Amino acid sequence: MADQTNTTPYAAHTGTNASRVAGVLALGLIVVLVALPAFASRSLIQDMFFILTMLVLAQFWNLLAGYGGLVSIGQQAFVGIGAYAMFGVVILAGLDPIPAILLGGVIAVLLAIPTAFFAFRLQGAYFAIGTWVIAEVVRLVVSQWQAVGGGTGTSLPRSATRELWFADAIENLFGVRSAAARDILSYWLAVILAVATIGGIYWLLRTRRGLALAAVRDNIEAAKSVGVDATRMKWIVFLVAAFGTGLTGALIYLQKARISPDAAFSVQDWTAYVIFIVVIGGIGTIEGPIIGVLVFFILQSLLADYGTWYLMLLGVIGIIIMLFAPRGLWGLISDRTGVELFPVRRRLTGGRLGQQKSPNNKTE
Amino acid sequence: MALLATHKLTAHYGDFQALFGVDITLDEGETIAIIGANGAGKTTLMRSIAGTLINEEPSVTFSDSVIGNRPADEIMAMGIAMVPEGRRLFPSLSVEENLLIGTYGRQHSGHWNLQTVYELFPILKERRANPGTALSGGQQQMVAIGRALMSNPRVLLCDEISLGLAPVVIRDIYKAVPKIKEAGASLIVVEQDIGQAMQVADRVYCMMEGRVTLSGTPDELSREAIHDAYFGAAV
Amino acid sequence: MIWVDTILQGILLGGLYALFAAGLSLVFGIMRLVNLAHGDLIVLGAYLILLLVTMTGLSPFLAAAIAIPLMFMLGYGLQKFMLNRVLGDDILPPLLVTFGLSVVLQNALLEGFSADSQRLPAGTLSTASVEVAGINLGVLPLLTFASAVLVIVGLNQLFYRTSLGRAFRATSDDATTASLMGIKPASIFAKATSIAMIIVTIAALYLGMRSNFDPNIGPARLIYAFEAVIIGGLGSLWGTLAGGIIIGVAQTVGAAINPEWQILAGHVAFLIVLLIRPRGLFPRAVD
Repeated sequence: MADQTNTTPYAAHTGTNASRVAGVLALGLIVVLVALPAFASRSLIQDMFFILTMLVLAQFWNLLAGYGGLVSIGQQAFVGIGAYAMFGVVILAGLDPIPAILLGGVIAVLLAIPTAFFAFRLQGAYFAIGTWVIAEVVRLVVSQWQAVGGGTGTSLPRSATRELWFADAIENLFGVRSAAARDILSYWLAVILAVATIGGIYWLLRTRRGLALAAVRDNIEAAKSVGVDATRMKWIVFLVAAFGTGLTGALIYLQKARISPDAAFSVQDWTAYVIFIVVIGGIGTIEGPIIGVLVFFILQSLLADYGTWYLMLLGVIGIIIMLFAPRGLWGLISDRTGVELFPVRRRLTGGRLGQQKSPNNKTE
Repeated sequence: MALLATHKLTAHYGDFQALFGVDITLDEGETIAIIGANGAGKTTLMRSIAGTLINEEPSVTFSDSVIGNRPADEIMAMGIAMVPEGRRLFPSLSVEENLLIGTYGRQHSGHWNLQTVYELFPILKERRANPGTALSGGQQQMVAIGRALMSNPRVLLCDEISLGLAPVVIRDIYKAVPKIKEAGASLIVVEQDIGQAMQVADRVYCMMEGRVTLSGTPDELSREAIHDAYFGAAV
Repeated sequence: MIWVDTILQGILLGGLYALFAAGLSLVFGIMRLVNLAHGDLIVLGAYLILLLVTMTGLSPFLAAAIAIPLMFMLGYGLQKFMLNRVLGDDILPPLLVTFGLSVVLQNALLEGFSADSQRLPAGTLSTASVEVAGINLGVLPLLTFASAVLVIVGLNQLFYRTSLGRAFRATSDDATTASLMGIKPASIFAKATSIAMIIVTIAALYLGMRSNFDPNIGPARLIYAFEAVIIGGLGSLWGTLAGGIIIGVAQTVGAAINPEWQILAGHVAFLIVLLIRPRGLFPRAVD
C-alpha cells in the first residue's frame, strides 16, 4: 500500500497490514488452543471453555445489535431451547449428544421463525422487550415439560455422558477420566465453534450481504432506495444468530450435563453478560467482543466472590462506556492507533484519490 | 449600532461548508430581505441566527449580546422568533394551542396576544379548535406567523413564507407585514419571490453559494445586478 | 359465578398493571425512550416506602407521600445527567444505559435489603373487602384500580389542559421546532421523567401492599407494563388501562385453570393481540 503511485489502477481493498499480521498470529493461536489440553490443567480448560462460549454468544449478539440494529434481550430463548432440544433427544431418543448439539441449533432456528414473526412487528426499543417476552414464554412452556424434569430440571443420563463419541479416544490419549474427557471434547468443540463463528461473521460482513447489512443499519431508507431488501436482511441475521446461539447453548449444557429452565433461560447469564461483553469491548466490531470477553473474564475472576458488588460494577462500567466511549475499548484503541484486525470496510487505493485517502484508515 | 448582525458567519453540515463569512446587519425597525436561489445558504443563515444550527464561532450579535453559540430556546427568550421553513406546525396541537405555545419560553410585553393575532388573521379564530395540520397551506402559514408573534419578538425571522402558496394567498399574508412592522418588530424575510421581497424590504441582500453577492436598497439595485448576483456573473 | 368473580379480580389487577405502565407510556410518548429499568425503579420505590415506614412508623400512604418528592428528584437527576446524554436517533445507547441501570439497581437493592421478600404493612386494609351483588371485592384492589383511573385522568388533564402538557406534545411532535418556541427539550424530558416517577411511586405503594416483593421482581413488572402499553396502542393512556385489564384478566383466568399458567396466560394474551392488532387496540391517529 505504501508504494502506490499515480499510475496504479484503482482497486478496492479491505486488507490492512495489521490484518495480515493478525491473520498469521491467529493461525498460531488456533494451533496453541487446539494443543492446550495436552499440557493445561482441567480448570484452565474449563475457564477457556467458558471464555470461548461467551465469546461466541457475544459475536452473535453483536451481529444482531451491532450490525443488524436488532437489540434483542431474548437471546436466552435460543440458548435454552438449544440446550433443551439436545437434552430432549438424548434422553427421549437416545441420540449421542454430539449430533444432538447440531439439532439444538436447528430447533433454535425453528423457534426463531415465529419469534421474528412476532417481534418484527415491534419497532426499535419495543423489539427488545418483545424478544424478552417471547423468551419468558418459552421458559414457562419448557417448565411444563415433565419428560425433561419440568421446573426443577434434569441431568444427562450417565450412559450418554460416558459413551460420548470420541470420549474413549480422549481418555486414552491424555490418560484422563470420563468427566475430564467430556470437558476436553466440549472445549475442542468450543474452539471449532469460535473459529467458525468469527471466520463466518467476518466472511459475511465482507460479502455483498455484509455491505447491505451495514447500509441497513446506517440508514434504512437510503438502503431501501438502492435496492437493499431490509426485511430480508433482518430475517437472515436473526436466524443466523439464533442458529449459532442455539448451538452454543447445547454445547454449554453438554459440558454442564445438568439443566434447569431458570438456568438455561437466564436473562442475566446469557443476555446481560453478553451485552456487557459487547458494550465494554466495542459494539459493531469483531474485535470488540474478543476484548470484551477477556475483560469480563478478568473482572469475574477477581470479583466474583463479591457477588452483587461485582454485578453493580459491571452495570456501572457498561453505563460509563455508553456515556463516554460508546464505541467501547476497541473503539478507543482503534481511534488511537488506526489498527483494524478484521477490516470490513473497502478502501479505495491507487489513482489520485487513493493516494490522498489511503494513509487514513479512519476515513469512512 | 445594528440591532442584529452577523460577523464573518460560517456554517457547516458535517464536512460540507454552507456559509462562507456572511456579514449582514439589521437595524431597529428595519425590514431586510434575503434573496437567492435554492441552496444559496438562506435557510442556513436563518437557522444560524435562530440557534437551531449551532455555530462553531459566536459570530452573531443581538442588541449588546453575542448570541452565536446559544441554543435556540435561549435566543428565543431574548426576543428573536422564527417562522420556520415549511411552517412546522405541531400536529398534536390545535390552532389555538399552536399559537399559545409561542409564548412558552417567554412573552415580552407588547402588542401581540391571542386576541390581536386573531384580529390580524380572523380565519384562525374560526378554526381555533381544529388541529393545526388540518388547515390549508395559507392558513397554516398564518398560524406559524401568529405563533412567532405571540412572544412579541424584537426580531422576526420569516423563512420562505410564500413557498408553495398561490399568489392570491401570498398577497393576503404579505398584507400582514406592515402591521407587524407597525407593532414594533424588525424583520428578516427570506424569499425566492423577488418581487414580493422588493416590496416589503428596506434593504435587500442577495446570496449565492454561501456568500452575500449583492446588497442595497430596492431602488439602488438594477434587474441585471440582481440577476448576476443570483445566478453568477459568468452565466 | 366463580368466573364472574375471577374476571372482576382480573380487572382490578389490571389497575395495578396500568399503574406500572402509565409511567412507561408517558416517557415513551414524549421522548421515544424505553426505560428498561422501569420495573426496577418501581421496586426501588417500594423499598424506599418500606424504609420510611420502618424508620418513622408512618402508614405506607404517608410514607409514599414523602417518597414521591424524593423519587421525583431522582427522576429529574436521572434524565438530566444520564438519559439526556444518550437520547438521539440511535436507539442502542439509551437501551443499553437503562439496561445497565436495571442491573445496578437490582444488585444495589440485593446488597442493601437482601433477597428476602418484604411487604408493606397495610394493616386491616389488606383483608378488608366489600360485598357487591354477592361478590366480595378487596378494598385494596378497588383502591388500586381507582388510583389507576385517577392517575390516567390526571395525566390527560396535564396533557390537554396545561401549558406544560402543550409543551410535552409539541416536543414529542418536533423537538427542534419546539426549541424555537423557547422550549428546552432536555428540561421537558427531565420533567416528564420526574412525573413518571410520581406514578412509579404510586405503583410501588400498591405493589408493596398487595404482594410480597424482593429485589429481583423488577424485570417482570417491566414486562407487564410493556405488554399493557403495546396492547393499548402507543400514546393512548386509556388504551394502557385497557391493556392492563386484558393482562390482568388473562392472568387470573389462567391461574383459575392451572396456577402454573398465570404468568404464561398474560403473555399469550399479549401475543394474540400483537398478532391480530399489531398497532394495539387504540392506536393514535398521528404517529
